[in-house]
Amino acid sequence: MLGMVLKRLMLAIPSLIGVVIVTFLLTRALPGDPAAYFAGPAATEEAVAQIRKQLGLDQPLPQQFVRYVGDLARGDMGVALTTGQPVTTEIMSRLPASAELTLLGLLVSVLVAVPLGILAATSPGSMIDHVCRIVTTAGVSLPVFFTGLVLVYVFYYQLGVAPAPLGRLDVFFSAPPQVTGFYLIDSLIARDGEVFVASLKQLLLPALTLAIFSLAPIARMTRASMLAVLGSEFVRTARASGLSPGTVIVTYAFRNAMLPVVTTLGMVFSFLLGANVLVEKVFAWPGIGSYAVEALIASDFAPVQGFVLTMAVMYVILNLLIDILYGLIDPRVRIEA
Amino acid sequence: MKRRQFLKSLSAAGAATALPMPAIWSSAKAQARQETLLVVSESGPNNVDIHGVGTNVPGYEVSWNCYDRLISHEMKTLPNGTQYYDRDKFKMELAEDMNVGDMSATFKLRKDAKFQDGTPVTAKDVKWSLDRAVSVGGFPTFQMGAGSLTKREQFVIVDDHTVRVDFIKKDRLTLPDLAVIVPCIINSGLVQKHATEKDPWGLEYTKLNTVGSGAYKMTKWTPGAEVILERNEDWKLGPKPKVRRIVWRMVPSAGNRRALLERGDADISYELPNKDFVELRDAGKLNIVSTPFSNGCQYIGMNVTKPPFDNVKVRQAVAYAIPYQKIMDAALYGLAKPLYGSGLDKVKEAVWPIAHNYNTDIAKAKKLLAEAGYPNGFETTLSFDLGFATVNEPICVLTQESLAQIGIKAQINKVTGANWRTELNKKTMPLYTNVFSGWLDYPEYFFIWCYHGKNSIFNTMSYQSKEMDAFIDGAGAAATSGDKAAYETNVKGFLDLAFTDIPRIPIFQPYSNVAMQKNVSGYQYWFHRRLDYRALAKG
Repeated sequence: MLGMVLKRLMLAIPSLIGVVIVTFLLTRALPGDPAAYFAGPAATEEAVAQIRKQLGLDQPLPQQFVRYVGDLARGDMGVALTTGQPVTTEIMSRLPASAELTLLGLLVSVLVAVPLGILAATSPGSMIDHVCRIVTTAGVSLPVFFTGLVLVYVFYYQLGVAPAPLGRLDVFFSAPPQVTGFYLIDSLIARDGEVFVASLKQLLLPALTLAIFSLAPIARMTRASMLAVLGSEFVRTARASGLSPGTVIVTYAFRNAMLPVVTTLGMVFSFLLGANVLVEKVFAWPGIGSYAVEALIASDFAPVQGFVLTMAVMYVILNLLIDILYGLIDPRVRIEA
Repeated sequence: MKRRQFLKSLSAAGAATALPMPAIWSSAKAQARQETLLVVSESGPNNVDIHGVGTNVPGYEVSWNCYDRLISHEMKTLPNGTQYYDRDKFKMELAEDMNVGDMSATFKLRKDAKFQDGTPVTAKDVKWSLDRAVSVGGFPTFQMGAGSLTKREQFVIVDDHTVRVDFIKKDRLTLPDLAVIVPCIINSGLVQKHATEKDPWGLEYTKLNTVGSGAYKMTKWTPGAEVILERNEDWKLGPKPKVRRIVWRMVPSAGNRRALLERGDADISYELPNKDFVELRDAGKLNIVSTPFSNGCQYIGMNVTKPPFDNVKVRQAVAYAIPYQKIMDAALYGLAKPLYGSGLDKVKEAVWPIAHNYNTDIAKAKKLLAEAGYPNGFETTLSFDLGFATVNEPICVLTQESLAQIGIKAQINKVTGANWRTELNKKTMPLYTNVFSGWLDYPEYFFIWCYHGKNSIFNTMSYQSKEMDAFIDGAGAAATSGDKAAYETNVKGFLDLAFTDIPRIPIFQPYSNVAMQKNVSGYQYWFHRRLDYRALAKG
């Protein structure tokens, strides 16, 4: 098993090298000039040139690339000009924020979508099936920022039950001591109930926004895969043997229908992690997506490169995890390199 | 089973949060809220040292509040009650006395001034800080140069508490330039401990730490999310600031900033779209202060080096074809000061920004265009900066529509914010809209950058005119020698010439809009248009 994992990780190396090269070239191909941008509105040409030199952007591309790779080998992804911080520390502090939000959103989504999909599959064409179709179509066709703004408008502005959309914590709380970077977990470790509740409150609306958006693929996939399984012979046999419908659906059918759902989950998770930038913008969430986009707008190379690289690594790990999970769900599946 | 329990506890917690906050949410918190000012804005600092490489404008705000300068400005009250900095009246800050001679100014430092770590502010710190400003390059050095402060030798230590600034030439902008944000006084001893061979001015350290003597110190900074400033209890250079703690949160969505204000959660915000400001003002629940940008305007610029805009008649035709009133109404919701349709052939006052005499007159525009040899118009592109699209886009669309009426087919070219400066610096865009404003509020200062033949990067039109240069230089000389009559003649001279030659068409003076809760008072307008926390009060 361990050998397999290592082998898989080795295989990821060429793709990571590719990612490093491509992001480096792509960021250089962006039309903006970071030196001119950061020289500010009142900069003379000499000032821009000076900044370009300070940033090392006056050197030829291959030289810049060698320096970048050298820094990378030492774990240094450079310094972001937009925030003035080293990219590595920024990503380390922002990734948990995004991950916490995405995981919670995904959890909510799964809790709703999987039962919905199963119910829809057990009685195709029924009311519940139509409800499932409408909910998922609506969820996926509403842009996330729109759903987010509507939720803020209703629950914060009109009803006043949700807290102000001001990021991970209300202004008057301070973050729990960092262990995992997940505020929910860290506040529990610190045994600080107030902060736990406060951060959960901040999380609810953005997580709900993400959940609404990600309902569709999970529910639809559950439904489709359940339909296929429910029509198969072993389910018919189980039913004929007089097993209760609950046992048939949960124990026999659902376990077998889980594989494609897990694949979808993995895809939805990695997709959400990068794509929740709009939710982060709406809720002033200090996540990794908004970080990358802000950097992109300012043609700030280092964070963009760091972001893409981190995402690539995450994809590799996530795919590996899903493959391992496959083996656990279905013993017939073996991890192969 | 464990998973179920976890889920159960999660949903229970979720239900609990839906309840309104219990009143026992500690009175200490209520007190903290009373002493804390919550500021929300779109973006935050990338560097808290204005001498840093590429420090952004939000970074200036931290610098302004955490550092002191030798001198600053007094306030005056505008007719509408707004506190506005007084360009002509200096206030002593770290200096207790300023003695301006013919070719130098001597500053006596206050003996009770201390840096935030307790070390006294001495002449050595002042010299080191000013040396740093003229040496680090980039924007700070440029800004110092604007006041003829360019060499380290100009800053002389007389004794422990006396510093002399020598002038390399007589320039009436030298003293005002010592009161801008850049010449802040830094704790040199502390920074030097963190300086390295590669970084002799300790820029890496001051990028993250405020090491001044100012009324506030930064205690926490999460880039892109939050800045927390606490009052420096030992600050004695002015009345003690009322607000103990400033929490400045970055809220990228303008809609949410507005919601936070309307719900009463945020105390103060700026950078909202004009439409929101107008609606907030009309609703009357908040205090809205709108002040025109000092020494700035939004304009349509034309590249005068290439046809067709090298022809003055074409430029005048465009000036008559701009839909001024529509722009004021539809793009700005009336929140700007018009700079058109003065009704006067020649300017009456030697002030800037001032209105020109063009108005929307399509017939006249057509006639001028025909006289210029373009009876059927021509094709061109109209560029704008997407970073300020809320204002720029409607301006350009309206202008495009109006230009079409005189036969000029303008294609709109949207340039991303990151790329705008680069494009502007190339000076190749034929037609574009842009804003320029200068910190130092003197007409000749604006014109020397924007119209003078030395062709600085702000002369985006590449405008060249010997006559113009003579007026601008004349005004500068007259200002230095104190010859008021000559000054007025020259200023009026370059204003009139700028309007007849019209290489750039001023449209309006933008407003700096600030929205705050009714219980927040003490807002002051500064040339840098950022907040001065020292004067703000709550309750």
